[in-house]
Amino acid sequence: MSDNNGPLYRTPTLDPDVLEQWSSYVERFENDSDFIAQQVEQGVMVTTLDRLVGMLDGVYNWGRRSSIWPLGFGLACCAIEMIATFAGRYDLDRFGAALVRASPRQADLMIVSGTVTKKMLPQIVRLWNQMPEPRYCIAMGACATGGGPFKEGYNVVSGIDKYIPVDVYVPGCPPTPQALIHGVMTLQRKIDGQSIRDLSWYRRGEVEEIPVPVLGADLIDLRRLPEIRGQLTPVAAEGDGAGEAGPAAEPAVEAVADDTEA
Amino acid sequence: MAFGREALRGMGITIRRFYSTYRHGLNLQPSAAGDLPAPAEARNTKVPAGMPTRVGGLATVQYPEQKLPVPERFRYIPFLVYDEEPDHERADFDGVRCTACGICAKVCPPQCIWIVQGKGEDGKARPVSSEFYIDASICMSCGFCAEYCPFDAIKMDHDYEFSSYERHESWVFDLQELLHPVAYHAALHPSDYAREAAEERAKAEARAAKEAAKAAKAAAAAGGEAG
Amino acid sequence: MTIQTDVETAVLPAERAARAATRFGEKVRVDDEGAWVVEAASLPEVARALRDDFALDYLINLTCVDWPDRFETVYHMASIQGGPPLCLKVAADKAKPIVPSLTGVFAGADFQEREVYDMFGVRFAGHPNLRRILMWEGFAGYPLRKDWREAYYEDDNKPLKSRWPEGDFFFGEDKIADWDDNIKYPSGYQAEGVESSRADDNIVVLDADELHRAPSGSERLIVNMGPQHPSTHGVFQMRLTLDGETVVDLQPVMGYMHRNHEKIGERNLWLGNMPFTDRLDYLAQLGNEWGYALTVEKLMGLEVPERAEYIRVILAELNRIQSHFWSITFLLNDIGAFFTPMMYAIEERELILDLFEMATGSRLMCNYMRFGGLAYDLPEEFLTMAQTLVDDRLERAIDEMDAYLSGNEIVLERMQGVGVLPPDMAINFSTSGPVLRASGVPYDVRRAEPYGVYDRFDWDVVTRPEGDVFARYMVRVGEMRQSLRILKQALRDLPGGEIMGGKKAWQIRVPAGQAYGRVENPRGELGFYCVSDGKANPYRYHVKSPCFVNLTALAEMTKGHKVADTVAILGSIDIVLGEVDR
Repeated sequence: MSDNNGPLYRTPTLDPDVLEQWSSYVERFENDSDFIAQQVEQGVMVTTLDRLVGMLDGVYNWGRRSSIWPLGFGLACCAIEMIATFAGRYDLDRFGAALVRASPRQADLMIVSGTVTKKMLPQIVRLWNQMPEPRYCIAMGACATGGGPFKEGYNVVSGIDKYIPVDVYVPGCPPTPQALIHGVMTLQRKIDGQSIRDLSWYRRGEVEEIPVPVLGADLIDLRRLPEIRGQLTPVAAEGDGAGEAGPAAEPAVEAVADDTEA
Repeated sequence: MAFGREALRGMGITIRRFYSTYRHGLNLQPSAAGDLPAPAEARNTKVPAGMPTRVGGLATVQYPEQKLPVPERFRYIPFLVYDEEPDHERADFDGVRCTACGICAKVCPPQCIWIVQGKGEDGKARPVSSEFYIDASICMSCGFCAEYCPFDAIKMDHDYEFSSYERHESWVFDLQELLHPVAYHAALHPSDYAREAAEERAKAEARAAKEAAKAAKAAAAAGGEAG
Repeated sequence: MTIQTDVETAVLPAERAARAATRFGEKVRVDDEGAWVVEAASLPEVARALRDDFALDYLINLTCVDWPDRFETVYHMASIQGGPPLCLKVAADKAKPIVPSLTGVFAGADFQEREVYDMFGVRFAGHPNLRRILMWEGFAGYPLRKDWREAYYEDDNKPLKSRWPEGDFFFGEDKIADWDDNIKYPSGYQAEGVESSRADDNIVVLDADELHRAPSGSERLIVNMGPQHPSTHGVFQMRLTLDGETVVDLQPVMGYMHRNHEKIGERNLWLGNMPFTDRLDYLAQLGNEWGYALTVEKLMGLEVPERAEYIRVILAELNRIQSHFWSITFLLNDIGAFFTPMMYAIEERELILDLFEMATGSRLMCNYMRFGGLAYDLPEEFLTMAQTLVDDRLERAIDEMDAYLSGNEIVLERMQGVGVLPPDMAINFSTSGPVLRASGVPYDVRRAEPYGVYDRFDWDVVTRPEGDVFARYMVRVGEMRQSLRILKQALRDLPGGEIMGGKKAWQIRVPAGQAYGRVENPRGELGFYCVSDGKANPYRYHVKSPCFVNLTALAEMTKGHKVADTVAILGSIDIVLGEVDR
């Protein structure tokens, strides 16, 4: 390295406390034979199932969190920042998380990067259903989290978490690349906390699919269909006036006399 | 011209850039808008500190260890400012600068700010907010609230690292979470703070001058009465 | 190359009006703002006459306004030789709005008329394919009508009372929508049979006879590309009808990113729309802001200080360079130069974004322009850094990119002769930006109707005669060089002084009236059509998106090519979905 290292280009230094702890550990290993026996007994010889699973978890989670392959899936403005994060300057590949897969079957992570619209929602849910477990979802930015500035829009779903379980929410409008990396690191912490014992995808039974919403007069969430039906009947009696004239109620286009080319 | 010559030339460029990564990589200064290290030997005197001039590239920011410094104007989510040593006007309100005038709530394009005006024991409205909410899942980081606040009470934070596992609790900031001491604001926005301080001084001087004039007038009047 | 037309090139507005009176008589009335109010029945005739005899051969905008007593479709037509546009208005009945379609005169009216139908329910008689375009078929209601309310509806105008002064800590969704999902069904809507209709509406079931009627005797195949596809540049869908591997027909399907900019924009304060414009074409934020600022400044009659004009030019041209870097390398990405050029280009783009972040506070969503000027002045280091970038680095980066791939034989094979759009068609399809200029038409809003201080700089309009994908690529490379030329002059001449004309205010009074402002964005002519009724919010806020209109020509360009070429052609049009769907 050259001398002109500024605050940007400093080399990461090790915490002195950690260094001291390490050296004392090494020292005891060299001099204290009881300590060695104790360590071997604890760590290798006599072990409980919990400890064994814990060791296995460590390896298992390390492998998974270091290769979170995202789905190549961009929605709106946030997708631009997501691509910038994949690119050279921020290089999400340092976390093993920039090997973008074009197919949901090979992906572990869905970064919902942008506004979720009602028209796009069935496709997003279908993609999510196609992703195999273990799968994670990052809601990137305000729009994917809670609708963001477009929350009031008639074609906007206010938060992807109403349909897909979200693991990490990344703030910002749009999140800067560093904020997205922070989000991925938050996800890594979540993966680190998981244990092979209680992971849902090793349980018996099929993974329940999220029913793909249907586009009717508005978005229809099939999980709530009974509720919607129950609500619809009294609304018909009220008749609030707005939005009553559906396109089906009006005359067909063909009925209009074609006088353009006259 | 042989077919494929241009393709080979393109590959040559790739190889050159690949090679230069190793050759120059460690000496390249990463660029950022903000405070940049001065190169010990600037090849080109025109070049400001830290600006990479070669087409060679840009160094990767090793994010969690290194962070790209953000410029002063950087905007993320707003916060509220309180003075630890408030002047006499705001001393009654613990130095909280916000007077609940509501301009930020009105100017906010996605309407992510909710304010409840504080009320005294007698039920009269006081110039302070009793509740103040900002929903970060709606906020579009436009900065209008900070720009149009007449009391310099709301500013844009630089903190972007609050990814979370849920959004309803941790993303709706209430008054206590939003309040930051003025020193925090001064550290983030030095030039903005300098402007505020200058304005404050000018105001104080004007007030002092006015009081002095009043005192002089009173003295003159007293003198006149006595005379 | 210039386009030869047989009619006189410059028809002045006054003369135009006089000639109109003699020519059209009762059919046309000139209103006090200079717009022509045309009788509905004679619209195609008038438009055809304007195109053929008045040199107004370029339809640049088509939209609609919902007035209390009528719908009014609005057309802006300009001459391809330059000059300000002429506004045409046609009134339609409120109860049964029908207007003759202009698709027979201008092919570019196609999607724009569908959009008006989708949003307002105005029917265009004679339109070949009048279906919804942004929302899905079956959606209840026409959202941009003033009496249409969505599920989150709180108030007609912002600021909302519930936030201030009531300070009610409840989200709109919690109070208003029944199911807090921002959904609303019309009264009497029957949700029966929904489960059985779960089959995707994207799957087209073809008639068996039709299948065998294909010319080569082979089966026709319908392929849906998108909305989730790496080469559609976002959530865009192309429904391809294939004969073997040859594209017979192409239907663009859009609206997957329809974020209701116009509905939200009509509720916002005038100023509140500024950050929303950033999110239209999110690769050309500052150009969008400029377009909106320009339109409102036109309405208010504001003067912009000289320094602010120069800074706008500097930022807009830097923006053009970063946007073109992005788009040409994504085009190369689509045709197989996978990711390497993109990585190189993003490096340069990051440096430009650094400048934006320094000047405006955000990498992407700048929110920097205000009516009558700018939010704040440039920081001190900005100019030295911009100067270095412009003088030294960007030029070399562009040269390198050019040497890297422009001559590459494989790239040429993929791009040359693919997706040819002849100049007359390019004009008729209302295309703009590099798509139009690559067909040899030297039309650039910065020249045709100069705004800001563009008339002070020495630069060329880049054109190519071929009209194919390669020409569009080369036009973009050329435009980056021209942007550098403008930048050098602007940085040299940047004057001192104020950056804001008048007082900075969040609540502004915009006099009643209407204005169409347009700027040359990297993707073409971005227009804003704003109508004010003198209140705090725009009465009508319409965005004429260049990408959306350029897509009208996509089917024509693609027919007869292979499937693999469609991604190259789409990449060369260079769409940004935030702007296509708005």
